[in-house]
Amino acid sequence: MSISVQTADFNVNDVLDQLAPQRRDVGAVAVFVGKVRDINTGDEVHTLTLEHYPGMTESAIGKIIAEAEQRWDLLDVTVIHRVGELQPTDNIVLVAVASTHRGDAFAACEFIMDYLKTRAPFWKKEQTPDGDRWVEARKSDEKAAGRW
Amino acid sequence: MKLNILYFASLRENLGADRETLDVDDAAVSTTNDLMKLLSQRGEQWRAVMLDNPNLLVAVNQETATPDTTLSDNDEVAFFPPVTGG
Repeated sequence: MSISVQTADFNVNDVLDQLAPQRRDVGAVAVFVGKVRDINTGDEVHTLTLEHYPGMTESAIGKIIAEAEQRWDLLDVTVIHRVGELQPTDNIVLVAVASTHRGDAFAACEFIMDYLKTRAPFWKKEQTPDGDRWVEARKSDEKAAGRW
Repeated sequence: MKLNILYFASLRENLGADRETLDVDDAAVSTTNDLMKLLSQRGEQWRAVMLDNPNLLVAVNQETATPDTTLSDNDEVAFFPPVTGG
């Protein structure tokens, strides 16, 4: 089980290589990658700044993974979340789940993302030539988390 | 008791404070709600954030807290808006 909050980008293939490397019973690996998309229709560059609560971010993600491990049969989980200044097309977050079968891998991966979006202490700020604004939490994210 | 208080994101900007160490009277402050009432007395912006804000979230020692959560000496208390990671 691996959790990292970091400014550096990640490489999905490297993460997959390090997922349950000694095991021979991994039948399914589900991966989600969240990316920065461009909110502008024009040509202006915008920056997305990710702030977080050092210490609590890692422990909150740890709790989410622990809950996923209780609900499903998982062999390994990796979560990487970037912080700092990001641009459109950049990677933000990765959740990779290894399991024996795909049902558990898919479900756990989606669960971890839904809970991360509503329980992990990160905050996004958009900076554009027209000004800065804090991204607001979405009801749809709360609803998604509530499904589980 | 001594409390280490952190403010994040838009709260930090609205209050103009990111962290502080505060000495509070144990008799006056025993829960996070007590602390919020104390801080709200600092002025308009503080009142708006601490009392008139249904979206205020609190953590004590990096665990999600409620208004009833009790506080102890040297606790870390963090105030922040709804999270938007992922």
